[in-house]
Amino acid sequence: MQIDWFPLWLSLRVAFISTAMALVAGLWLAYILANREFRGKEVLDAAITLPLVLPPTVLGYYLLVLLAGNSPLGKLWENIFGSPLVFTWKAAVLAALLHALPLLVKSARAALESVDRSLERAARNLGASEWRLFWRVTLPLAHRSILAAVALAFARSLGDFGVTLMVAGNIPGRTQTVAVAIYDAYEAGNTMVARTLVLVISAVALLILTLANRLSPAKT
Amino acid sequence: MISARLRKTYPARPDSASFSLDLEFQATAGVTVLFGPSGSGKTLTLDLIAGFVRPDDGRILLDDDILFDQTARVNLAPQARNCGYVFQNYALFPHMTLRQNLEFAAERRPRLERHRRVNEMLEKFRLVDAAGRRPHEVSGGQRQRCCIARALIGAPKLLLFDEPAQGLDAPLRAEFYEVLRQVRADFKTPTLLVTHSLDECFELGEEMMVVREGRLVQSGTPAAILEQPANVDVARLLGIFNLLPAEIRALDPGRNTSKVQMGEYELDGPYLPGHLKGDRVTVCVRPESLQALERNGKPGANQIPAQLERTVQKPQGMRLEFAGGIAVDLSRNDYDRVRDTKDWVIEFPRESLRVL
Repeated sequence: MQIDWFPLWLSLRVAFISTAMALVAGLWLAYILANREFRGKEVLDAAITLPLVLPPTVLGYYLLVLLAGNSPLGKLWENIFGSPLVFTWKAAVLAALLHALPLLVKSARAALESVDRSLERAARNLGASEWRLFWRVTLPLAHRSILAAVALAFARSLGDFGVTLMVAGNIPGRTQTVAVAIYDAYEAGNTMVARTLVLVISAVALLILTLANRLSPAKT
Repeated sequence: MISARLRKTYPARPDSASFSLDLEFQATAGVTVLFGPSGSGKTLTLDLIAGFVRPDDGRILLDDDILFDQTARVNLAPQARNCGYVFQNYALFPHMTLRQNLEFAAERRPRLERHRRVNEMLEKFRLVDAAGRRPHEVSGGQRQRCCIARALIGAPKLLLFDEPAQGLDAPLRAEFYEVLRQVRADFKTPTLLVTHSLDECFELGEEMMVVREGRLVQSGTPAAILEQPANVDVARLLGIFNLLPAEIRALDPGRNTSKVQMGEYELDGPYLPGHLKGDRVTVCVRPESLQALERNGKPGANQIPAQLERTVQKPQGMRLEFAGGIAVDLSRNDYDRVRDTKDWVIEFPRESLRVL
């Protein structure tokens, strides 16, 4: 039995990059939602949560409309990078990001909001800028919950199937992630390959979720 | 000196009634105590001054600095207000050592000066041995001293204390009072202290402001407020008076006398300026000013018969609680002399009789 490990490495790469992107954007969005009052806050929160409840086909459709070669964003991408975005591994990163971001924002917001407000007030009262307050007080106190959220987002990114299939396709050796490869192998009757990949991806996910549980602050 | 005019309204919500704060006051050097019941707006006042909450209207002046002025559209950020705040729960950063907590507060100073200042404060507040430990690893007293040192390290123009002795046991409270007296002597920073303990007002306050339902109802020295509460509400807030309904029957400014009818008995008192004959008033008299005696026949002058309901042990003596809501405090010796009495009279000494 010959197993192509490329889908696994691609999935890990896609999950790693999309989680990193989700962490940066998610922390910023979580900070805004946890600390600022503005018109449309609830709409923004709902829009961020939307990918958790919409069917993958709907999300894939949105991404295709937004990023296809004839869309303004697609054209912009092509002008800058010289090649289209859809049906590349980078589109798979976007697909995974769509799932990782809401998980991260939700968990990070809860983590930031769980920090005792009097500590943040104390920091401001002692002259700390909002930036210093975030890095020196809020983040260190919330870091375990945020790391747990990162682990969850990574695990979720690793397993995306529907959206990835629609925007990145199923090109072996180029855009085929492990979830797509399992489906492909099963359809082709390569049950041993499918089973091996299923076991490997389950083990990786189990490992990451165990890590996430360990990172979550102990309940008292 | 701080001079503040503060207005803030919170509309009613499903889980809370509406609340409106409307205060105007000035506080100079020394400790000014904001006294009032829970929910009267004391902590909100501190938060408005510190910049954590924006007033709807008003003006806050700290020496020559305008911290907030609605008309001029000035609203300094909390970072720029230079007010040291000692939080009720201390709010020490739990992931930092005591030294790091102080360093965080001194970070805007040049490095060498910061180091010197932190060491100075650690020594002054007896924290050198605990400097490397985190807040949860040190005693309550050390946490408290660290919080005060941290608030003072930036040389604030005003210190704000939010119920600092709330929930402390007696030795810790005594230690805190001692530290605060030391701070007052060494730093001379004007201080606003929120409390709902009358003992604390007398222990620490040079000036006292009584706040009720978001309004300033009386201000002055604690002794002056205790001597003459502005009205029945203030007397009730102070919680140490017998408040009994009565009617003024006679007033004689020439002889400095008055007669007050309480139930079916008439009491003699000093002249009561600002009142008229026939006024319905409230007699305000402290339990320790009254005498509880054994009745011998008809009650004497300024005596009314009373039915004892129960006795309560107090640290300083005994409290006798009579029907009609009259309490009398006696020393243990005085109580021992009358403890077997069955038939009581309460004597209202003429000079202690005040009405509101």
